[in-house]
Amino acid sequence: MSVLSPRRPRSADPPAAGDDLVVVPARHRWRWAAVALVFVLLAQFVHGLVTNPGWDGPTFFGYFLEKSVVQALGVTLILTLAGAVLGFLGGIPLAAMRLSKNPVLSTVSWTYIWVFRSVPLLVQLLFWANLGYLYDRLRVGVPFGPGWSFATADLVSPFGAALLGLALHEAAFAGEIIRAGLLSVDQGQHEAASALGIPRHRQFFRIVAPQAMRAILPNAANLLVNLLKSTSIVYVLAIGELFYQVQVIYGRSGRVVPLLMVATVWYVILTAALYRSARCTYCAASTWWPTPARSP
Amino acid sequence: MAHAGTVTVILGPSGSGKSTLLRSINHLEKVDRGLIRVGGELIGYRQSGNRLHELSERQILKQRAGIGFVFQNFNLFPHLTALENVAEAPVSALRRPKAQVYERARELLARVDLADKADAYPRQLSGGQQQRVAIARALALEPQLILFDEPTSALDPELVGEVLDVLRDLAATGTTMIVVTHEIGFAREAADNVIFMDEGQIVEQGPPAQVLDNPRHDRTRTFLSKVLI
Repeated sequence: MSVLSPRRPRSADPPAAGDDLVVVPARHRWRWAAVALVFVLLAQFVHGLVTNPGWDGPTFFGYFLEKSVVQALGVTLILTLAGAVLGFLGGIPLAAMRLSKNPVLSTVSWTYIWVFRSVPLLVQLLFWANLGYLYDRLRVGVPFGPGWSFATADLVSPFGAALLGLALHEAAFAGEIIRAGLLSVDQGQHEAASALGIPRHRQFFRIVAPQAMRAILPNAANLLVNLLKSTSIVYVLAIGELFYQVQVIYGRSGRVVPLLMVATVWYVILTAALYRSARCTYCAASTWWPTPARSP
Repeated sequence: MAHAGTVTVILGPSGSGKSTLLRSINHLEKVDRGLIRVGGELIGYRQSGNRLHELSERQILKQRAGIGFVFQNFNLFPHLTALENVAEAPVSALRRPKAQVYERARELLARVDLADKADAYPRQLSGGQQQRVAIARALALEPQLILFDEPTSALDPELVGEVLDVLRDLAATGTTMIVVTHEIGFAREAADNVIFMDEGQIVEQGPPAQVLDNPRHDRTRTFLSKVLI
């Protein structure tokens, strides 16, 4: 400690000229005490981690890159990716409708968002999986006219139900994120663009959308990470994604903790990768975004 | 009321409708009563008999491209460089060839003394520099009329001069301008016509020597006595 602390000027020192004055930073004794306490707790935790045989390192490493786990990881990634793409594709019209001056469009969008944000994803997934009870056949065609019909069970497989549930749920949140992003663009930008006579579609794509992205991207990254973790819920539909597969394995072998750790570590790695790539996207625009990724 | 090639300055206390009048001229504000014509063309509406039909957005945008507008808060596009800000509208609204527009944009930036800032983003420029880019942006459309909405009100006092210099230069070259401002000195020196507004009405108008030095209305006199200390 004494090595780190700066020299303290003694009162006996002669009064120094401007250049020689020594600045002594304020001391934070309680902060040091807190650091010491945290170190002790951390050491205890690590000690417990290393000495507890329950963590079962060999099993963990044996299954971490095992074929069925990696395949299941692929299913998780597909669900995440497809859910995000469909969710944002759905979110765009929802945001546009919600911002519309037409009361019918905005009310319909508002109601959709309200319902799908209120119903837990788990409940929704079970609901879609059981759609067949409600409508045993689905029809595509002219409203009240001719068309084709399909058995619901053929059309909505468990995987389809899972994807449908994730996408509909995601669309509600994506719609709100996109709407908030568009509203965050200063009114003056819209006025300047119209005052210059820039055509409507060009105003949107060239002027408004790039600025809205600044507000949309960080939230979209959070939503994507949430979706990645939410895919673990679809295990209730017996879809072979990461969490379901891990459960299958520990159901057979009884080694619950190391296999849960396999899933945990994979989720952590994927989450870190997603945040990392989102961060690179912000940096690319840092020349004109006043406070890039580092904003508090 | 404003003739081609002249500079009109609108004065008045805040809330007197100066900005609203200016914004109505390019239909950023809708008009309840009365007609606005620029170069003989009715703005924002089409008259048939005694009915006014509001024009479609596309037609209004086309009319606006002929009228420059300079905002109090500059409203430059923050994600585009100074050069791209100036070149955006001629390319997208007038569909001019890109190479020609960019060449002209560089000339315009040189005209407002910012040739070396072509590749800077707005947040890298001072307020005065941003406003000069905004003026170049308005000029790029070769408008028949430029509207200035308090162009120096958001600037630090030491930066006001550089923007007024550009305005004086434009006035001297015969650009038709309508300027809402509190810079009485600029009005006296550069205006052909001064309008004093209060509570949404034009109180009086005329050459600067008359309105500023010899106002006929008490309201004008009171206002000027507060501004000209």
